[in-house]
This record gives sequence, structure tokens and C-alpha cells, in this order.
Amino acid sequence: MIGLVVVSHSHKAAEGICELAAEMGGDPPLEPAGGDGEGGIGTDAERIGDAIAAADDGEGAVVLVDLGSAVMNAELAIEMTDANATIADAPILEGALNAAVEATNDKSTVDSVLEKAEEARTYRKTS
Amino acid sequence: MVDEPTQQEAIRAAAEAVADRLEDEKEYLTELDSAIGDADHGSNLARGFRAAADAVDDEESTPEEQVKKIGVTLISKVGGASGPLYGGSIMSASQTFDEGVTAESSVAFAEAYLDKVKDRGDAQLGAKTMVDALTPAVHTFKKSIEVDELPPLTAFAKATAAAERGVEYTVPIRARKGRASYLGWRSVGHQDPGATSTWFIMQELLAVAANYLDGETDVDARSPTIPDETPDEVGDEA
Repeated sequence: MIGLVVVSHSHKAAEGICELAAEMGGDPPLEPAGGDGEGGIGTDAERIGDAIAAADDGEGAVVLVDLGSAVMNAELAIEMTDANATIADAPILEGALNAAVEATNDKSTVDSVLEKAEEARTYRKTS
Repeated sequence: MVDEPTQQEAIRAAAEAVADRLEDEKEYLTELDSAIGDADHGSNLARGFRAAADAVDDEESTPEEQVKKIGVTLISKVGGASGPLYGGSIMSASQTFDEGVTAESSVAFAEAYLDKVKDRGDAQLGAKTMVDALTPAVHTFKKSIEVDELPPLTAFAKATAAAERGVEYTVPIRARKGRASYLGWRSVGHQDPGATSTWFIMQELLAVAANYLDGETDVDARSPTIPDETPDEVGDEA
């Protein structure tokens, strides 16, 4: 199954988004990688790398990120891993929910999960 | 060319000097960062470079391995955006030293480092970031070596002077990248912390290099010559 990693500056936000995504999407491998690793706000490449390793069962992983250094540290973590992992260019919460639903589909691939996650880019809240 | 044991010694000395300087500047950098960022630049960098200096305190590693180790240590110890920007770029550019540290490989390192910072941070010149200090420094260094054929120490001194001008340029412009960009017009009038720490690091590298090389260290970024030929383009300019 495709694994999902949720990278936020806030540990609580990463945990909470994983919680919501798990409820929506059944039970895909979901790993939060939030905070700077020392209890503070921030992101950490090593922590993200560990989460990718934990989420990837060999089929690959899709990484959802919030902003700024989350993107840079996720890129760096991906460069340093052998896993087939890709960052979704999507809003972190809606993207994670979409990705979780797709990831529990038996036929899903990194590309299909990525595509579903990125569909969330166009979602509107009011119209 | 300086022999390899001397290069290794110089790299250790440089790592120590940078770590000490950033410790001394910790509060100042944090003060700059508290105006337009998240007030952690000084402490994060000081902690990271201290760990990096400790990590290269052995005599077995080649210069390339030493520089790579500095990058890897910064990635794990600095955090935030500075970890990938400084550490990731040093790690990636370290391979330009595979045959040791020379004037030519130092130019290659500088260009590779600037390219990686721009790529990773998705920042172009004028966005009020470390790119604004690095770009004039790298261009001046490259031209001083390749066109003006200045002694490497003098070339690096000019590059450091160029970085200072870049730091000054970050003051009156609006931030387009990083945390400061969320402040919009409120960022105008504040000096960029990343550009500032980049310049401080270069000053320390210059001081250490002066213990090993001959040349001038008190020079302006202005060039004495108009080149007959243009060096290869550095990166993709905005």
C-alpha cells in the first residue's frame, strides 16, 4: 500500500491531520512528521526521513507538507532516501484526506495518490 | 596548491572560526530575525555550526569528506529553513572538492552552492534573502579568479566585500520569500538575517584563508579591469 507522510511545523497539526485522514480513508500507513523534533515549532529533515521509511512498505510514499521549510526539509529527506517518495503540491489537510482515500484502494500507485491529493488544490470553501 | 594535510587543517580551523563567530553574533542575528522572521536564526546557526566544527575534528577525512560532514551535521542540527539551505547546499556542493581545495574548485563550489540555495529556496535575486549576499559574492569571486586572475585570497576578499553590499541591499527592499514575505511592506527597512550570517561566515573563511595564502584582504568589490571575455553564466538569472 502507498504510505502517507504528513509534514507540518506543528506536531499537533501533523498528528491531527493524520487522525482525520485515518478516519476518512480507512487504514493506510499514515505517519506524522511534525515539529522540530525538540518539542518546538519547525520541521526536521531527519524526522521526515524516518517517517518516510516507516510509511513506505516498498510501494512508495506521498508526502503532504504545510509551508516554507516543510517543503525544503521534505525535499532533502526524499533526496536522502531510497524510497519512491514524492511531495504533493496540495493543501495539507484536504490533500491528506484525498490521498488517504486513494491509498486504501488496492490498485493505487504513487502517481494515482499524488493525483488525488493534488485535486484538492482547486477545492473551494464557499461559492 | 596547498597540500592536503594543510587543506584539512584549514577546513577544521575555518569550521571552528565560523562556529565561534556565530556564537558571538547569536543575539544580533536573532534580533534581526525577530523583526521579520521567527527569532531563531542566531541560536539555530550557532548550535549547528558548533556541532559541525566538532564533527570535523578528526584527521582522517579528505577535504571533500570534511565539507560534506559539515553539511550533513548542519542538516540535522540547524533545523528550520536554514538547515536545508546551508547544510543541504554545502553537502551537495562538497563534491566539487573531490580533488581537493584549489582556486578552481573553490569557484566551482561557490557556484554549486549558490545554485542549490536558489533551487532549494526557489528564491531569485532581490527577494530579500541570502541569495542577495551570495550572488554578488559568487559573481565577484568567479570573475576575480577567472578573468582578473587575482590571487585567490584577494579574490575571496573582494567576494566578501561584495557580500556586504548584498547585505546592505536587503535592507530597503520588500521580502518575497521566506517567513518575512508574509509581512509584505512591513519587511522593508529590515536587514535580512540569512544574508547577514552568510556575510559573517565569509568574513571568517577569509580570516582563516589569510593564514595560509598570500594576497590582500582589505579590498573593495570594485573591479580593476573590464574583461575581454565573459565567464560562463552563473546559474539562471532572474
